[in-house]
Parts: sequence; structure tokens; C-alpha cells
Amino acid sequence: MSQAESLPRIESAGLDGWMVRLFDDIDEANMAWLTALVRDCERAFGDVLVDLVPSYTTLLVIFDPLRLSPGEARTRLVDLLQRLQPDEAAADAPIMELPVWYDASVGPELSHLAELAGMSVEEVVACHSERSYRVFALGFAPGFAFMGSVDPRIEAPRLDTPRRKVPAGSVAVAGKQTAAYPAITPGGWNLIGRTPAVLFDRNREGFSLLQVGDRVRFVPIDRAEFERQGGDTRAMEEGR
Amino acid sequence: MTEAIDGLSVTRAGPLALLQDAGRFGVRRLGVTQGGPVDLHGWAWANHLVGNAWGTPALEVTFGGLELVAERDLAIAVAGADLGATVEGKPLAIWQPVTLREGQVLAFASPVNGLRAYLAVAGGFRAVPVLNSVACVMREGLGGHDGEGHKLAEGNRLRVSAAASREVPVGAAQPPSPPDYQQPGPLGLLVGAQIAEFSGTSLFRAFNTAWRVDDRADRMGVRLTGPRLQCRLSTMISEGIGLGAVQVPPDGQPIVLLNDRQTIGGYPRLGAFTPLACSRLAQCLPGQEVEIKAVTHERALADHRRFRGVFG
Repeated sequence: MSQAESLPRIESAGLDGWMVRLFDDIDEANMAWLTALVRDCERAFGDVLVDLVPSYTTLLVIFDPLRLSPGEARTRLVDLLQRLQPDEAAADAPIMELPVWYDASVGPELSHLAELAGMSVEEVVACHSERSYRVFALGFAPGFAFMGSVDPRIEAPRLDTPRRKVPAGSVAVAGKQTAAYPAITPGGWNLIGRTPAVLFDRNREGFSLLQVGDRVRFVPIDRAEFERQGGDTRAMEEGR
Repeated sequence: MTEAIDGLSVTRAGPLALLQDAGRFGVRRLGVTQGGPVDLHGWAWANHLVGNAWGTPALEVTFGGLELVAERDLAIAVAGADLGATVEGKPLAIWQPVTLREGQVLAFASPVNGLRAYLAVAGGFRAVPVLNSVACVMREGLGGHDGEGHKLAEGNRLRVSAAASREVPVGAAQPPSPPDYQQPGPLGLLVGAQIAEFSGTSLFRAFNTAWRVDDRADRMGVRLTGPRLQCRLSTMISEGIGLGAVQVPPDGQPIVLLNDRQTIGGYPRLGAFTPLACSRLAQCLPGQEVEIKAVTHERALADHRRFRGVFG
């Protein structure tokens, strides 16, 4: 079984890519290694680098196969991995604060989570907002950050039937993870509130508010503050 | 950068026509997909036939139905699929540069050979880049003729470079003979890291029987139906997915991920089709049969470099 093979591994990922597998399990401590590898790849590959996709336990490295052969790319990665050190700065990066209006009108599953946990809605909000989370991956949609891990008491499975339209800014929980929807998309996560923050902005430098490896905390705000910050108070759309 | 001027107006939109440059790169770590032409081969030739550099935006016309009126004289080329295109009702010669005169109507009918045609104009279509690309990704609302990721609609105007050549470039590229998209040939696959997790019998069948292109096929991915692939892994921790990755969900029916795929995913993969195999697959109509053959990195790289070498 592959589990028995030693880590890290460099695996085939097509003509122009290698998958670097650093870990087998999800862990917040992985991220300091992954962000360090991202930085080292940027340096080592320079302008033959096409894309990097860090995620939980892996880094997908995409390069220009017209200018660098897959074999040469692999050699560079082997070399980097031998000298890889975790990014100490990432381990205690400043915590980004995301304001959230936790309310049933914009978080229809708040009461469902409370029921599952045998807690009050206020306790669910406290549970979600009192710890900091790490961004493990971006994906699903531009700027959609998968963050973990939530308090086991408010873990909840995805909805049986995903919504066709989840409003932008919706803050949600699925399994051990939490996220905020940058734009209107379909989605099957449990909605518990909404942030007025703009998570993805094509006109902003860096485009995405959150990046892999970031630390995030959700800060409860009331409706007035939500509105002041430009939040959209419209309730969920009729029907799903 | 030269000025942009109106080049063509849309009088009938058809089901799906999108402006595409080579793709959106460098932002996949933010969850932004690649986009770009799903048949890179046809797109590259359309541009090359009118003397455009690699990366110039061209129009990807899926299925047909699009009708355009030239607002000035333009040198154009259509490559990729034969969608029964006509100019003023007369058949248009494809895979070669031609001149479209002001006021003439260019119309695409329906698939004759292949599924997606590429229309290039000499000098190139112009649009405002979004995240450094005009590649149109409808799901993300990025790129395209309007920057908002919309497909073409009736009444839209397509801008072209003001320096656009009105005449067919002299001494332009020698066009190849158009591919027969009904005979795509075996699709080259680079086997992936999870190959050992699939049962030997199901792998034998996968590489020795024909797969059918399902009607669940779009710019995100193409589902193939056939013998059930059996994998010991059902899901994995989500990780980055490259172009052409062949992911296998628990139902054993593979999905080939194309240009608009999500950036990360959690199904085991058989491997990844080569870029040229993806191009061929993107021209297959639902119901068509394809075969999969394993290729080496060396072979795939040599083929890819030969293909790209044509375009400088």
C-alpha cells in the first residue's frame, strides 16, 4: 500500500505537473511546510512556473514543459525537498478577523446545529467564533477557503440536497470545516451567518482576501454593524 | 497595444460561443480555474492560419448556431470542427485563411465533423483581461468579450485589433489536413500515482475496451461510460488537479477534467490525458467511442513539443 511508502513523495500529475505529497493526514501543522514549499518553488522555478496548487497535504506544481522537461522539474523538486524547512513565520501569522452576523435570517442552519449539539444558538455562535482556524486550501470557487477545524460539537454533515443558490458572504460549516462563500454559487454546507467582507475582488491586489496558510477568526457583529459594513441583509431566497 | 475597433456583431448567438485566449494562469492557488480552449489544437491552428501569435484570443463556437456580421473587411480562419459554416449562404473553406468583406454574414450551422470550431481574426479579438487573461469562464464570471464571463448573446459586438489585417496574410502557414474527429484514435494517458489502487482486471478492461462519451460533457469535464473501474480508494483528501486528470468516483465511471474543472478534488485518478488527447476528446460528440492507451512521459513530451513547435 502507498501508505507505507515514505514521505514526501513526488507523484506523476500529467505532462506539465508533479504532485508533491508531504503528508498523509490533515493537520494544521502541515501548513507551515506547505507554504514554505510554495515559496521555495517560486524561487527555484522562476518564470517556468505556471501554477501552484497547495491543498491540505499536497502541492501540485505546474511548469512549462516546453522550457523544462518533467525530469528536470522533478530533479529540482527533489533538491528543494532535501533542504525544506517549515515557514516559522506562517506558524504564528497574524490572525485575520472576519466579521459575521450570526442570525437565523441569513444562517438558516443555526438552529439545526444547535439541535444536533444540544446547545443554544448563542452557544453555537460562541463555539464557532472563539477559536482561530487555518486555511487548508482554496478551491470550489475563486476565493473559497476551506478552513479547519471546527469544535467537534458543531460538526455537521452536508445538507442532503444542496442549495442551488447560496448568497455571497454566507458563513458555513460542513464536517470539520468552515468557510465563507465569496460569490453566489450552489452549495450544500450548513449556513450559520453572513460576513460583509468581500472575499474575492478582481480589482484588489492579490484578488483573494484569504490565502492558503492564513489564520482566521470569525468575530460576531450585530445587524447594524453588518449593514454599516455594507452587508447584504436580504434573507435566503424563496425555495432552494 | 493597438486600439480596438468593432469587428463583428452577433445577429444570432447559438448555444455557446466564448472568447478564449490560452488560459488564465498563476491564480489557481486562489481557486481560479484555467479556462482557455478545450481543443487547444484547433484554437492554435485558427490563430496561426491568420498569422496571430500564440495566446491571441479566438472564438470557441460549440455546436454551431452562431451568426455574425462583419463590420469591416477582416482576414479570418476557422479551424477545429466543421460546423457547416457559410458566408452569405455559401460554404466557407475551413482550415485556411479567407477574407470576410464588410457586411457579409458568417453563419455556423451544426456539427459535420467535431463539436467545436475556432474562429480567429488576423490581429486578434480584443477584450479587457481579467486576472491577466480574457479566457471566458462562465461559472466564475471571469473573462470573455465583456469581462464578466458571459457567452455571446445577440446584439453583442466583438472588438478586434485596429491594426487587424484586412487581407489574407501572404505566405501564411501551410495548413495541415483537418483531423477526422470521428476517428480520434487512442487517447494517450500518463498513468497516475493511484494506478496501483485499481484492480488489475478492471485496468485490463479500461485499456482494452472502448469507452463511450456520455452526454454529461462540458468544458469542466467529460464523463466516459464503460466497464466499471474498481479502485480500493473511494475518496481522498482533496488535492490539486491538472488538465486531463481522469478521476474515478465510486461508481467506476471516469470523468476527464478539462479546462474549466475545479482546481482541487478528492477522487482517485487513473492518470492524466496528454494535452493533445484532451483536444481530441473535446471534439467528440456524446455517444462516440474512444480508446485509452498508456503513453510514456518521453513520448507525450515529444508529441507536445512537435505540436507546439509549429507555433513558435
